[in-house]
Amino acid sequence: MLTPGLRDEIEALYADYAEALDDNELERWPEFFVEDCLYKLVPRENWERKLPIALMLCESKGMLRDRVSAVRSTALYAPRTFRHLIGQFRIAAETQERIRVRANYVVLQTLVDDLTRIQNAGKYLDLVVRTPEGLRFQEKICVFDSVLVPNSLIYPV
Amino acid sequence: MDDWALGLSNAQPRKWPKGGLSRVPYWIYTDRDVYRAEQERIFCGPSWCYVALEAEIPNPGDFIRTYVGDKPVVIVRDGEGGISALLNRCAHRGVEFCQQAHGNVREFMCPYHQWTYDLKGTLLGVPFRRGVKQQGGMPADFRLEEHNLTRLAVARRHGAVFASFSQDLPSLEDYLGPRMLGYFDRVLDGRPLRVLGYMRQRIGANWKLMFENIKDPYHASLLHVFLVTFGLFRADQPSAVEMDESGRHSVLVSMRGEQKPNEGTAEMKSFKVDFKLADPRLLDPVREFSGSATVVMQTLWPNLIVQQQSNTLAMRQLVTRGPRAFDLMWTFFGYADDTPQMIQRRLRQANLMGPSGFVSNDDGEIMEFSQAGIDAFPRDAGVLEMGGRDVRNEDHMVTEAAIRGFYQEYRRVMGL
Repeated sequence: MLTPGLRDEIEALYADYAEALDDNELERWPEFFVEDCLYKLVPRENWERKLPIALMLCESKGMLRDRVSAVRSTALYAPRTFRHLIGQFRIAAETQERIRVRANYVVLQTLVDDLTRIQNAGKYLDLVVRTPEGLRFQEKICVFDSVLVPNSLIYPV
Repeated sequence: MDDWALGLSNAQPRKWPKGGLSRVPYWIYTDRDVYRAEQERIFCGPSWCYVALEAEIPNPGDFIRTYVGDKPVVIVRDGEGGISALLNRCAHRGVEFCQQAHGNVREFMCPYHQWTYDLKGTLLGVPFRRGVKQQGGMPADFRLEEHNLTRLAVARRHGAVFASFSQDLPSLEDYLGPRMLGYFDRVLDGRPLRVLGYMRQRIGANWKLMFENIKDPYHASLLHVFLVTFGLFRADQPSAVEMDESGRHSVLVSMRGEQKPNEGTAEMKSFKVDFKLADPRLLDPVREFSGSATVVMQTLWPNLIVQQQSNTLAMRQLVTRGPRAFDLMWTFFGYADDTPQMIQRRLRQANLMGPSGFVSNDDGEIMEFSQAGIDAFPRDAGVLEMGGRDVRNEDHMVTEAAIRGFYQEYRRVMGL
C-alpha cells in the first residue's frame, strides 16, 4: 500500500541520485546504498536468460567505492558528461521499511567535440529500504536494453 | 573521412612503407578497398573463424546468430549432434532469414516466400513450386538441391566451434600449430563448459587495432593502472610472448606479482603503491590451471581472443563493421562442474573485463583515440620497434614482436 507522501519521497531519492551522477559528484554515489547492498548493471539478454554475468557487479558498499576509485584514479577514458532521465515509477511497499521500485531510465552522454547521444537505456529494479539516515538502496539492478553498448560504460548508471 | 574525400583514393597501388614490419601504414585502418580485400582474403579466405561455444547450443535445433567477418551466419545443432554453420541468407532472394539472437527450431523458414531448410541448410520446400491451378510455378528443371543455404566448413575442439567459408584449409589443429594448440587446450581442456553470459561493445576503431592491443604487452604496464597496481600483468614479472610459426597467432603469458615497488615499477607512472581495494573480494584469484602462468591472453587469427586472466575466462569474438568500427562480443564461461564459490569468483572478476571493465575499458577508449589520430593521415605510418624490428618469441614484455608477427602474416595474405 502506498502511504501518502511515499511517491514524493521516492521521486526525490531518484532525483538526488540522478543529480549526484550528472553533476559529477560520484563520491556521493555509494552513500545512496546501505552497507550490505547489491548493484548490478546487466544487459537484458543475460537477465532474461538467467545468465549471471554483469558489466558491473558490486556486492557491498566497499565495491561501490572501488568503482568510484577506478573512475577517479585508475581508468583511462575520454572526458564526458551525463544526463539521467528517470521516470515511470512503479512503487510497491512490501512493508513500511522495504519498498520495491521499478523505473525506466535513459542516460545521455556527451563527449568532447561530439553530439549528445544515448549511452544506455533500461529499467531499474530496485529495493529501497528506510534507514535512520533516510531512504537507501539495498538493491539496484539496472537492466539495459541492448547488450551492444557504445564502446565503454565507465560510470555507474 | 575517406581517402576518396581527400583526393587520395587508389590512383596508385598501395605500397607498404620502407622499414618492413617496423612500420605500419595508416591507410590499412581507413581504406574501404583494403577493408573489402580483408573480408575476401582473410575472413572469407582459408581461416578458421571462431563462431560459438557448443554450450550455447546444447540441444538439437538450438541455434545462435553470429558473424564471420561481416557476414551473418547461423550456428545450429542438428538431430545427430552435428553442428552446421549456415550463411544467414535465403538462397532465393538473399533475405537474412534468421532474426532471433538465439532459439530452437525444427527447420528454418525464410519469412518472405516461406522457403524452408533443414538444420543442415538443405532446401526442403518451395511454396507454389508446381504453380497454382496449373499456372505459374518453378520451371520443370528447377532443382531444390541447387538452392541450399551456403554451408561453411566447421571445426570443433573441446567445446569451441570454428567456421570457414573456405572448404580447402588445414585442420584446426594444424592451423593453430602445436604451440598455440597447447595454450588453447590449457583452458579449453575438454571439460564441459558453462556459459555465464554476454557483453558486447561497438568500438569506433579498425579491427586490427584490437589484435594489436592484445599482442602488445608494452602498453599493459603503462596504460592499465589497475593491472599494474595489483600486479595482474606487469613488465617486472616473469612473462613471455610466443607465436606460431607464421606469427599470426600469439599468446601473452605472465605471472602475478606483488603490489610493492621495485626497479621495474620505477618507470611506471601508473603504479600506485597505496591504492587499496575497499572490498578485496574483487581480487581473490585461485590457481586453477597447471603451470605458473596466471594470465594467458591468446589471439587466434583472424577473429578470436581467448581470455584467461586469473579466474575470468572469455571468448572475445571480433565482428568487423567497416574500416572504422568493430563489435567485440564477449562470451564469459566457466566449467559445468564449477562450485558456486568459483562461479561467484568469476562473476566478480568480470568487473575487470568488458565495456565497464577496470582494465578493458581503457583499451576500448584508447583504440578510439588511435583511430581518431590516424583517420585523417592515411599516408603516414606508425612505429613498431620495441624489442627490435624482427619477429621472434621473447621471455619478457618489453616488445612489440607479436604485432610484427601479425603484420608479417597480414602482408602475406593481403599481398601488401
